[in-house]
Amino acid sequence: MKKMTKGRYGIHGGQYLPETLMNAVLDLERTYEKYKNDPDFLQELQTLYHDYANRPSLLYYAEKITKDLGGAKIYLKREDLNHTGSHKINNVLGQCLLAKKMGKTRVIAETGAGQHGVATATIAALMGMECVVYMGKEDTERQALNVFRMELLGAKVVPVTSGTMTLKDAVNEALRVWTARVLDTFYVMGSVMGPHPYPEMVRDFQKVIGKEVKAQILEKEGKLPDVVMACVGGGSNAMGLFYDFIPDKNVRLVGVEAAGRGVNTAETAATIARGSEGIFHGMKSYFLQNSDGQIAPVYSISAGLDYPGIGPEHAYLHDIGRAEYVPATDVEAVEAFDYLSKMEGIIPAIESAHALAYAMKLAPTMAKDKIIVVNLSGRGDKDVAAIARYKGVDLHE
Amino acid sequence: MNKIAEVFAKGKKVFIPFITAGDPSLEKTEEMIYAMEKAGAGIIEIGIPFSDPVAEGPVIQAADFRALQAGCTTDKIFAMLKRVRKNTQVPLVFLTYINPIFTYGCTKFFNNCQECQISGVIIPDVPFEEKEEVLKYCWQYGVDLISLIAPTSEQRIKMIAKEAMGYIYVVSSLGVTGVRTTITTDIGAIVEQIRQVTKVPIAVGFGISTTEQAIKMSRLSDGVIVGSAIVKIVAENDENCVEAVADYVKTMVTAVASCR
Repeated sequence: MKKMTKGRYGIHGGQYLPETLMNAVLDLERTYEKYKNDPDFLQELQTLYHDYANRPSLLYYAEKITKDLGGAKIYLKREDLNHTGSHKINNVLGQCLLAKKMGKTRVIAETGAGQHGVATATIAALMGMECVVYMGKEDTERQALNVFRMELLGAKVVPVTSGTMTLKDAVNEALRVWTARVLDTFYVMGSVMGPHPYPEMVRDFQKVIGKEVKAQILEKEGKLPDVVMACVGGGSNAMGLFYDFIPDKNVRLVGVEAAGRGVNTAETAATIARGSEGIFHGMKSYFLQNSDGQIAPVYSISAGLDYPGIGPEHAYLHDIGRAEYVPATDVEAVEAFDYLSKMEGIIPAIESAHALAYAMKLAPTMAKDKIIVVNLSGRGDKDVAAIARYKGVDLHE
Repeated sequence: MNKIAEVFAKGKKVFIPFITAGDPSLEKTEEMIYAMEKAGAGIIEIGIPFSDPVAEGPVIQAADFRALQAGCTTDKIFAMLKRVRKNTQVPLVFLTYINPIFTYGCTKFFNNCQECQISGVIIPDVPFEEKEEVLKYCWQYGVDLISLIAPTSEQRIKMIAKEAMGYIYVVSSLGVTGVRTTITTDIGAIVEQIRQVTKVPIAVGFGISTTEQAIKMSRLSDGVIVGSAIVKIVAENDENCVEAVADYVKTMVTAVASCR
C-alpha cells in the first residue's frame, strides 16, 4: 500500500502544487493547526459571524411551496441573508483572520459568480488589506454588477482571458500570481477544493451552516431532517451543510450539480455524473476531462457552479455512498428560480436554485411528515440581469 | 551511467532548450529536435501540452493552446518520438503536469517513456511530498524524476536535493515561466546548499533569454534551461521556426560552453 500524504479523504485530496508555493501552504497548514482549536481565535470568529455577518442565519419553513408540492416539508436555510448575500462570507472571515495572524497585508481570490469575490473584497476592506480578485472574462460579463460591487469595496478585479475564461481559469491565474508574490500574499480560496489544508479549512469555516440547521430543526420539529440538500460546484456550501450530519446515518445528504444543457451533452458541469479521477488544482478528485487528461470546457448558466471539478471530501462521500449527487439542468434551475420568487417572495441565487430544483422533484415523492432542508446558499439579486437575458428581456437601467 | 549523467560528465556546461510538442506541428517538433541537437543542445526538454498549465507564463500557455488546437495528443507525441529515436540518441526529458500522466495511465505512460528512451520527467505540480504518485513507475521504467528547487524552498532544499535524480532544476525566480530582464534570486547560495548534500548536476531555468544571463547562470551551476524565449521564436516564425530556433540555440550553446 502506497504511503498517503496529508489531507486525504480516502484516495482524494493531497497537496499537488509547484515547489514555489509549498512553503506557503505548509506555513498556512501550521498556522491553521495552531488556531483551529484556539478559544480566542474561535471567539473572535464567532463575534464576527454574529455581529458582522448576521449569523445565525434563519431556518425558514417554506409552507406555501410545501403545500403546493404536496409532500415532504421544505425548510430553507437562509444563507442568502448573510452580509454580502451568500455563505461565502463564513469562509472568508475565517481565512482573512488567519491571514492577519500570519502578517499578510494582501489577499487574492478567484471568483466565478462573484459571490466569493464580493465576500473577500468586503472583508479585505474591513480588515484593511489590499485585495485583488481574479475573474474569468466571461464571468465579468455575466456578473457585471458584482464586478462593480467589488470595485466599490476597494478591490481590483482582473478579468482572466486565458482558457475558457471562467472559474477554473480564474483559479489558474490566482495560482500563477500567487507564485509571483507568495511572500506578502494570502490566497483566499473560495471552496472546499485545492491543496491541503484548504478543503479541510474551508469546510471547518462553513460547517457552522449544518450545526445551526441541526439545532434549529431540533427546536422546530424535535427531530432531524430526512434530507439535507445543497448545490455543488466546488462544494463549499454543501460541505458546510453536510458535515455535522455525516454521523447521522438516517439523514440523506444530497448534492445537486449543474447539468447545464443536460448531463448527456458536452455543455455540462456535472462532475460526479460525468467526470473521472484526476489530479488538478492541487487535489486528487473527480474532474471533467478527456482521456489525455485535458480538462474539459464546462458549461452552466450559473457562473458559480461552472467548474470542472469537485472538492475531495465530496469525491470521498460519493465513493463510500454516504452522499448522493444528482444533476439539475439550466431549465430546471430557472424554473425553480421563478417558482421560489413567485411563491415565497424569495429570489434565490441561480446556484441555489439548482438545489431547489431537485427538492421540487423529490418532495412530492416523500410523505408529508418527512423533512427536507434546502441550503439557500445565496440571494439572486446578482442574477436578475442574466435571467432577463436568458428570457430574452431587454433591460435598461 | 545514464544518458543525463553522461552529458554532464563531459565536464562542459550544458545548454537545455525546451519546446512544446506539437507547436506548430509534431513534424516541426521532430525537425527542431534534430536541429537543436546539431546546434549543440546537451539535453532537450519536450513539453506535453496541458489545457491548464498553472506554472507557465503567457508564452508557453499559448504554445500549449496552439498544440492542442492543432490536434496534438499524448499518443501522437510518443509516435513522433519513436521516429526520432531511429535518428538520434540525444537525451530527452518530458515536462508536463500530473493530470496528463495520471489520466493517460502511469503504467502506460512510463512504459512508453522507456520505449522512447525518455531520460527524465519534470512535473511542476508534483512536489516532494507527492512524488510517491509516480516514483515507483520512474524506478520500474528507468526514468529520472527531475526535482525542482525554488527561491522559496529554503529549509526544503537539502531534503529535495538528497533524493534528487538526473539533474536538479533550480527555478531562478518567483512566479511562472517567462522571459525576465533581471534575476534577483541568490542562485549561488541555493547551489551551495545543494552541493553540500548531492553530486547530482544542477541546471538553472525560468526567465533566462539572453547570452549574458545564460553565462551568469551557468557559471553558478552545471547548465542552463531556456523555454519561453525559444517558444516565442517558434511562435514568431511558425512554419519557418526550425532554422530560427537552431540559430538561437547555437548562440546560447556557444555562450554557455565558454564558461568554466
